[in-house]
Amino acid sequence: MTNKKSLSQLQIAWQNFKKNRTAMVCVFILGIFYGSALFADFLSPYSYDNEDRNYSYCPPMKVHWVDAAGRFTGPQVYGMTLKFDEYHKRIFVEDNSQRFPVRLFVQGDPYKFLGFIPSRTHLFGVLGEGRLHLLGADTRGRDLLSRILYGGRISLSIGLIGVFISFSLGLLVGGVAGYYGGKIDNFLMRFCEVFMMVPGFYLMLALRSAVPDNFNSLQIYLAVVVILSFIGWAGLARIIRGMSISLKEREYVLAAKVMGLSDFTIIRKHILPHTLSYSIVAIMLSIPGYILGEAALSLIGLGIQDPTASWGNLLSEAMGIVPIHFAPWILLPGVFIFLTVICFNVIGDTLRDCLDPTLKTEGNH
Amino acid sequence: MLLELKNIKKYFPARKDFFGGTKEYVRAVDRVDLQLRAGENLSIVGESGCGKTTLARLIVKLYPADSGEIIFEGQDITRFSFAQMKPFRSRVQMVFQDPYSSLDPRFTIFSVFQEAMHLEQGRYPSVDEQKKRMEELLEAVQLPADILGRYPHEFSGGERQRIAIARALIMNPQLLILDEAVSSLDVLVQEQIIQLLLDLQKRYQLTYLFISHNLRVVRRISARVAVMYKGKIVELAATGKVFKNPQHPYTKELLAAALDYRPVKRTTEIVLGENSQLVDTGGGHFVIQ
Ligand SMILES: Nc1ncnc2c1ncn2[C@@H]1O[C@H](COP(=O)(O)OP(=O)(O)O)[C@@H](O)[C@H]1O
Ligand SMILES: [Mg+2]
Repeated sequence: MTNKKSLSQLQIAWQNFKKNRTAMVCVFILGIFYGSALFADFLSPYSYDNEDRNYSYCPPMKVHWVDAAGRFTGPQVYGMTLKFDEYHKRIFVEDNSQRFPVRLFVQGDPYKFLGFIPSRTHLFGVLGEGRLHLLGADTRGRDLLSRILYGGRISLSIGLIGVFISFSLGLLVGGVAGYYGGKIDNFLMRFCEVFMMVPGFYLMLALRSAVPDNFNSLQIYLAVVVILSFIGWAGLARIIRGMSISLKEREYVLAAKVMGLSDFTIIRKHILPHTLSYSIVAIMLSIPGYILGEAALSLIGLGIQDPTASWGNLLSEAMGIVPIHFAPWILLPGVFIFLTVICFNVIGDTLRDCLDPTLKTEGNH
Repeated sequence: MLLELKNIKKYFPARKDFFGGTKEYVRAVDRVDLQLRAGENLSIVGESGCGKTTLARLIVKLYPADSGEIIFEGQDITRFSFAQMKPFRSRVQMVFQDPYSSLDPRFTIFSVFQEAMHLEQGRYPSVDEQKKRMEELLEAVQLPADILGRYPHEFSGGERQRIAIARALIMNPQLLILDEAVSSLDVLVQEQIIQLLLDLQKRYQLTYLFISHNLRVVRRISARVAVMYKGKIVELAATGKVFKNPQHPYTKELLAAALDYRPVKRTTEIVLGENSQLVDTGGGHFVIQ
């Protein structure tokens, strides 16, 4: 018996996880994404629906620190004037007679900080008549950076809420089916199979068609979350059921029964937590599915509706070859989707490697 | 009589026919009668698969019995509901075979003990009282008191089995069923645990139903032994009598194997009659006939 602190198996797994550089970078990236989604209204210079048609498809702007003579001026952006080149193609040209200083903590579109503190202060913004489009603007002259930040709120939270719903369902149904067996098991598993038989994308479309047309954006958001959760839970329930069938034969479960713990307590305390190593990995690996699912629905116009932004419906503007050719920056939301999906996958894979050794010491023999 | 089993039976479906009906059964426990006096120490011995574990689980009602009666302190608990069983659960506790799976790896020893204490609402109202009782139990199973914050994977098999015994004792049971509780330990540790069990029996006035496939272990611990074969008890007598004067051919086989340290060797298949019964052959030496 040594004096060092006793570690649970999850703590040991976490220590191993921290040693993996790539995975920690991914955690860091996701941390930034989720953090900026949470504070999107403060971080973004504009509200998601602030538009200026004069800046339609304005390219990413340069920030100038010195004037033409080389004197330091502080950060500035120049006004943009629309011109046509020799092929009658629209191009924006910087007009250095118009200069607008970029400043921290400027007053802008009103919002409610964290949903309840009214505020007009934005982290940064441009003073005067100018507009600031660091990542360019979309067809209606809305700031892409602001829309990506706002869109992250929807795209990133859909993954979390969706996974929460489908895993609660999957764990509950799987745990109960496996633990009780017999008729209950039979019924629940046939029910799962109904959901598993239909290919995910068609199920998604079918469920979507059941949603009324006159929903507002919040209702559509919720409908999309529920639809996506309905696709993932059945497969999970089947796997959890299998684990639960073998876990209920463990002697600590029998001991708990002999002591008189209720079935519900046993499932909650001694069965489901042991599926955790599997579930955490499965959760990490399935979140991208929800983000991509939302993107797919929004891309074909059945998901989040304009002017509300999500990464999926931002991308739907990039459906034609012409906008991509003239304004390639509207593909940027795709980069964010890509990065998020990669990060979740790397974290999921690393977690699996870290959790596996502890699975072996759980007395599987 | 503390515990009485009357004609208790448990068949498991072994094969299903084409339509999902059951075709064949495993006769795990086949019309067993057994009586256990308070303070007694009875062993059930028999080869693996003869139905010992099933019998133990029937008594603690992990499985419902197909037929027969389980009578505990004069009360027939065979068909009691979960709620009705509550007062009996603390009276009968069980220690399992595999020390590596009998403690939930996610919980510290403190939490393992606390879970059992919470079931006896109001008995240990404060954490201090819980701690005091835990330390007393750890002392009883000869483990240091400072292990409460540790996780099961930090202990050896013998230590885990001591912890499992302590957990079973939390509820102050009268009857302790030990299902192959020392079988997976090496011989030295086995001997220590047996000695501990004998001490505990004196200290807490326990009744043991000790299950083992090993006659040598049984001789160390029990005064009376029941030999089980194919779901039936074939011989039941004081341990000394069984060793000196085994009557049933299966007991003879088992004994020869135990003394020679070799696996049970089957020369001719032993057949049990459909309506065979335990008969007293004199001096409380029961043999199936
Ligand atoms: N839950 C069960 N389902 C089906 N058959 C079982 C089950 N439990 C035990 N059996 C069968 O019953 C017989 C007795 O098993 P068991 O009581 O575990 O024997 P022992 O403990 O003496 O080794 C064995 O043939 C075993 O395969
Ligand atoms: Mg057994």
